[in-house]
Amino acid sequence: MIIFLKFLHYKKMFMLNKKRIISASQAILEATDQFMKKDSNLVLMGEGINDPKGIFGTTSNLSKKYSKNRVIESPISENGITGIAIGLAINNFKVLLIHQRVEFALLSIEQIFNNAAKSFYVTNGIHKVPLVIRMVIGRGWGQGPAHSQSLETVFSYVPGLKVLIPSSAYDAKGMLVSALRDPNPVLILEHRWFHYVTGNVPKKIYQSDITKPKIISKGKDITVVTSSYNVYEIIFCSEILKKFNINLEIIDLRVLRPLNTKPIIQSVKKTRKLIIFETGNKIYGIGAEIIASILEKYHDVFDFPPSRIGLPDSPTPSTRGLAKVYYPNSIDIMKAIIKQLNVNVEVKKKIISLLISKLPSHEIDVPNPNFKGPF
Amino acid sequence: MNFLNNNLAKSLLRLRMVENEISKRYSYQEMRCPVHLSIGQEAAAVGVCNNLKIKDQVYSTHRCHSHYLAKGGNLQSMISEIYGKKSGCCGGRGGSMHLMDISVGMMLSLPIVASVIPIAVGAAMSKKINKSKNVVVVFFGDAAVEEGVFHESANFASLHNLPILFVCENNRYSCFTDVSERQPSEDLTRLARSHNIESIKMNGNDVIKVFNQSKKIIKKIKKYSKPFFLQLDTYRYVEHCGPDNDDHLNYRNKNEVKKMAK
Repeated sequence: MIIFLKFLHYKKMFMLNKKRIISASQAILEATDQFMKKDSNLVLMGEGINDPKGIFGTTSNLSKKYSKNRVIESPISENGITGIAIGLAINNFKVLLIHQRVEFALLSIEQIFNNAAKSFYVTNGIHKVPLVIRMVIGRGWGQGPAHSQSLETVFSYVPGLKVLIPSSAYDAKGMLVSALRDPNPVLILEHRWFHYVTGNVPKKIYQSDITKPKIISKGKDITVVTSSYNVYEIIFCSEILKKFNINLEIIDLRVLRPLNTKPIIQSVKKTRKLIIFETGNKIYGIGAEIIASILEKYHDVFDFPPSRIGLPDSPTPSTRGLAKVYYPNSIDIMKAIIKQLNVNVEVKKKIISLLISKLPSHEIDVPNPNFKGPF
Repeated sequence: MNFLNNNLAKSLLRLRMVENEISKRYSYQEMRCPVHLSIGQEAAAVGVCNNLKIKDQVYSTHRCHSHYLAKGGNLQSMISEIYGKKSGCCGGRGGSMHLMDISVGMMLSLPIVASVIPIAVGAAMSKKINKSKNVVVVFFGDAAVEEGVFHESANFASLHNLPILFVCENNRYSCFTDVSERQPSEDLTRLARSHNIESIKMNGNDVIKVFNQSKKIIKKIKKYSKPFFLQLDTYRYVEHCGPDNDDHLNYRNKNEVKKMAK
């Protein structure tokens, strides 16, 4: 008997150690499927959810498993279906609504801002709106100015919404589960290249914390705050800097609203330096909000003026030629980091030349092959 | 029948008295929110809502006083809400344009034109999924059919055979702009037809006719689970927003006002 129990114990330990590596898109599909199986009040809606490609594979085959009343392929009526989703949500259903591009959701801003975000408040808590909206942001394959914007701060502006921006496969599943368990509207912004990122994803249903950023790498030299796909760009820079004994403290923002700056402030108090690298526009961006909220409380916390890296103040281009100068690349980011560090010119040159030697030869409009993970 | 007529008349009178009283006391400046009075349009609310059960749901607009009261909403909570009191139906957070009392199926009122229509369609979808025998009624004005979301909602309701009654109260004016300046024809049922939705246009001021017609329609919706569009032609006697008459601004013909008030 004891031997048998020991065997079980070892087996359990072995299972715990064994990693289950899948992509973020598979993780999203798994979370959706498991939740739908468990909760018969969850309804899935969106344009193209029954397409053969299943929105980056995140909705594949769900229409075969669940009834037409629960997997509702929608007419091309973004504002209408958002209102319909709210109507279901205030009548004891949960709704997961999906937009393949964030720009489609712009047609439903009226319903999201006026009704989804405000119903709980304006009805004094009588109506809850358990609605999750997944939206795809970011660049790729020449999508151009109206198909590749990163509008996360637009949604982060409105009280009554929660805004999540996952970067890992683990959070892809965990954050979606947390969002689906939230009684009020949660928006999840997925960078299109984030879907291919792989990582360890437990099979069971689990929740990720959706209240604060996460320190994904400890370091004493400089705090770098970033999110979504940009996390991998920073990890790449960080690996190179380690060789020069420079350690970045990398913070994955994860939750844009409600914005919890505590972990960032704690980190900055230690490193006294801050860089924010955002997926969206630099002007009016999340970086401005973070720096302002730190300075309001601690005016002398920085040894060096904090800096922001984001998209330039112009529309996103389609052609590779323009994309090359439009998107900040690893070299731009590295230059911004070492500008704040107390190292001599020779070392700085060495860092940049090592970085250049490590850059993969890939086109600007497809994901960096090194950024797939597993992470 | 007499008993019923008395009942409808009583309801109409009650609504008018409440609205007149709001109009009268508004100048004291204690009701500190915009009010869109239903004076002149009460027959639509009374005629339709008197056919509804408690579990049948109503969704409304900024001009929601009549729908709220006709559906059985608590009068005290409504007045408290307009006065911005904690005891109001929304705890003072909504004001006159957000009246609701879910205990009687008065679910939601929203002030953006047509904004409530898809929400009502979603509610009707929930009735269909739950195989419920109840209907959803959504009230809106003539300008709402000019919004894209009306068409998106009507299309969805028709596509999924949802148990919903669209009630379009045509009071002819969007603030100061006459329907003839906004629509090629005052027959708005043509828009319902284009979505394969059955419809009727009728005098919305004859409460008995509205009652009898909507009774038949609601029975039909419950039996076949299909949407219906009812255009009720009516008229608002006072200003778009506020307690007074605004005819000194000369945006509508004096004879028209006199004729409609008869």
